[in-house]
Amino acid sequence: MKISISKIIIFSIVIFFLFVFWRGLKINNNYDTKSLIGNRISNFQLSKIDNSNQYISEEDLKKNTYTLINFFASWCSPCRTEHKYLLNLSNEKKQIKIIGINFKDKKNNALSFLKELGNPYDFVGEDSDGKISILFGIYGIPESILVDSDLTVIKKIVGPIDQIQYNKILKLTQ
Amino acid sequence: MLSNIGISLVVSVLILSFLIIYTASLDLKISRQVIKKNIYNLSLFQTTFIVLSFFTLIIGFINSDFSLINVYENSHTSKPLFYKIAGTWGNHEGSLLLWVNILVIFSYLFLVFNHTHDKKFRLYTLIFQNILILGFLFFLLLNSNPFNSIYPIPLEGLGLNPILQDPALAIHPPLLYVGFVGCSIYFSAAMASLLSDYGGKSFAQSIKTWVKISWCFQTLGIIVGSIWAYYELGWGGFWFWDPVENASLLPWFAITALMHSLIVLEKRNTLYYWVIILCLSTFTLSVTGTFLVRSGILNSVHTFASDPSRGIYILLFLSLMIFSALTIFFLKQKKETYNFNLKSRETFILANNWFMAFFLVTVLIGMLYPIFLDVLTNKKISVGPPFFNIVIIPLVIPFVILMAIGPKFGWIKSQIFFFSTIVLVTIGAIVINLLIIYLFGEYSLLSNLIFIAAIFLILYSLLDIKKFIKNKNKNELPRIISHLGFGLLVFFIGINHQFSLEEDFNLKVGEIKKINNYKINFEEIKIKESKNYKAIIGNFKLTNLEKNLVQYLNPEIRVYSNPETLTYEAAIKTKITSDFYLTMSNVSRSDYYNIKFQKKPFMIWIWISALMIALGGFVRLTLKKNED
Amino acid sequence: MKIKFFLLIVYVLTSTSTYSSEKQIKILDVYKNLRCLVCQGQSIADSNSDFAATIKLVVQDQLNEGKTEAEIYKFLTSKYGEWIIYQPTFNKNNFLLWALPYAVLIFGGFIIFLIVRKTKNNKVN
Repeated sequence: MKISISKIIIFSIVIFFLFVFWRGLKINNNYDTKSLIGNRISNFQLSKIDNSNQYISEEDLKKNTYTLINFFASWCSPCRTEHKYLLNLSNEKKQIKIIGINFKDKKNNALSFLKELGNPYDFVGEDSDGKISILFGIYGIPESILVDSDLTVIKKIVGPIDQIQYNKILKLTQ
Repeated sequence: MLSNIGISLVVSVLILSFLIIYTASLDLKISRQVIKKNIYNLSLFQTTFIVLSFFTLIIGFINSDFSLINVYENSHTSKPLFYKIAGTWGNHEGSLLLWVNILVIFSYLFLVFNHTHDKKFRLYTLIFQNILILGFLFFLLLNSNPFNSIYPIPLEGLGLNPILQDPALAIHPPLLYVGFVGCSIYFSAAMASLLSDYGGKSFAQSIKTWVKISWCFQTLGIIVGSIWAYYELGWGGFWFWDPVENASLLPWFAITALMHSLIVLEKRNTLYYWVIILCLSTFTLSVTGTFLVRSGILNSVHTFASDPSRGIYILLFLSLMIFSALTIFFLKQKKETYNFNLKSRETFILANNWFMAFFLVTVLIGMLYPIFLDVLTNKKISVGPPFFNIVIIPLVIPFVILMAIGPKFGWIKSQIFFFSTIVLVTIGAIVINLLIIYLFGEYSLLSNLIFIAAIFLILYSLLDIKKFIKNKNKNELPRIISHLGFGLLVFFIGINHQFSLEEDFNLKVGEIKKINNYKINFEEIKIKESKNYKAIIGNFKLTNLEKNLVQYLNPEIRVYSNPETLTYEAAIKTKITSDFYLTMSNVSRSDYYNIKFQKKPFMIWIWISALMIALGGFVRLTLKKNED
Repeated sequence: MKIKFFLLIVYVLTSTSTYSSEKQIKILDVYKNLRCLVCQGQSIADSNSDFAATIKLVVQDQLNEGKTEAEIYKFLTSKYGEWIIYQPTFNKNNFLLWALPYAVLIFGGFIIFLIVRKTKNNKVN
């Protein structure tokens, strides 16, 4: 067999393809929104759950050193399991302000949920049709976003906050 | 016990494969032109045992023998008998056993039916095919064994996904596998041809029936899968450019190109090395497709439960296949001269291959690009239907026109003394196109061109039919049927896409929605308890306000208990002129239902045209005696 | 004769095709171009999930506000990444994706051209 450039190129291409296939087996196929980290959140207005005339927006959150925005609902059972971590955060870490956004829920159900489990939130907003969640790049609940005073996203937690995530939050907000 | 029987049979087949390779290699050195009798016998035994092993598995499913893990995971005592049997190949391990069956059966049949051909060529084919068989058998025994047993024996199976209990889906895999796996035989034959220097016309004649068989079944398999998706998946579409669908399309492009090039090889004894490349590529694409689909590397609705260890095995097998094919090809490749006049049939067949290559590469790149990008740059993008449609559809226009005029050219050299016919047919196509615009409405320039091109092909095919009725030249008939089917397919897909009515909206019971000249009345919800599911049935009254016709559509939401799944059954009313399609799903925590309504003109004609394409191929197979 | 025929076709085509410069955005086309992030390979149009329902509301709102398709896609990409859009954008990341098929087309055509021309030259000799 004559060794020619074209043959070397063809063999190289094949090796390259097979290599990529092999590496491809190891990548995580499930979607995560890691791409959001580093973005800034902006252009939002959250109405208070029991008083639609009161609301907070960008300016209010910039006053905080850190803000944790947590999407929850009374009908969501993993939200119950993560609730104690939110309560811990609200009691222990005063520089993290916690905003709760009630997702696709009824006001009364949400308020009884908080009455039953405790209210860790400095502000509870409503998102009855779910559209606010899209503004924050949320796609399921519970989901939480940790931002700094510049409103840059420094962490995104998909699913309920567990001990590991809780420790990571503490670490990031030293 | 079934486990032991099954494994013994499979191991016997393994041993027989080794024996066949050994005795065939020995027989290669003997100059006598007849293959030793015992090789035939070994091959026959091999076929018998592998088929018996498949029957063993089927019996396991029929008897709900849960000592076999495979039966336990994929079946249930309450499943209807037909679906118990279909469950045999509806899972990864069982379908792999079916692959090996087809590999072995084709190996034997090729040996037996090709006794007019060169002995060395046939022996080499047998050897390479058995190497492939060994590869798959090792994969089966070491990683995906359908006969693995479980103890203690469970009392009940895990049941099969209710979506998979459908007649179309039951026959779709076997059809497709005859296509996918059938191309293994001409992969082996191509390797054999290179090594035994048996090429040209004789080689073409030895493989052409196998190419046609795999083409017919691949085409039919894809169509049946599409029909199933339309009726069962509840989204009103029939092609989603989903990775699994694309994986079945890649070999189809290659086999179609090969089928056409074989005609040139046989008639003019040229394009040999290109035919070899196509033979080698087709099965490679099949295995690549299997790799992409079963390893979990791609995200799709249709995937089997995925498992990365399978991926490693298949990748290893694929690598060995490609490297050995490339090496042998480069070792044996010689210079070939080409004599192609522009106005000749062989050049137009070359053009067919050109377009097939383009379509193939497009689908392949679309499938692989996200993987490559993710591995190399860690960015995730999606490549979906818009990409494939935008790239492929415009090129269908010249392709369809070439399909019409290509067969008109004679071999070697030809004049276009039929230019006047072209003009007449073009004018006819334009007139019919204008008629459609007048009757139904305007559309974009691209659509105009697509319709004109499709009608051009249809009219030309009809002229050919007229000629056929006069001179009864049966050789042309298969081509006429398939090409006409293709023209009709493009035409009806165009009509369906242009003039479909589609709406997505939310309704509560008692509400009415008006869409163009249709009124949809959401009359009521009924609950029905069935044997293994609970159905929430919506009763919708559809009124055609222009014609004052009323019909009822009853979509369902089914709640299954074993396993716990939710399915959406669309209400589809199929008529000659159009289909009506309605699905409903419940909006969580609300009284509203999300309704998707579609009116799809001439939907059934899409299936009929597609089946016509396959029919042409089957007609060609039955006309075997009249060679070109 | 052939030129006249060609001109006739061009005339007919230009007079019958629609060229709506202001493309009416079909909302279903937007739904079909968006990927459902919580599903296995379904578009927002095909999915029955909660997420899909919410996205549909947002798209409806934005269309009513007068946003163009491109603006909607840009908005959703900024929130969810490029993965959510089925039609890959034409940027330097995806350049190869769009270019390679056509490169193959041109390459294939070129080869056929060479073969045919060589045959013609051989005949002339």
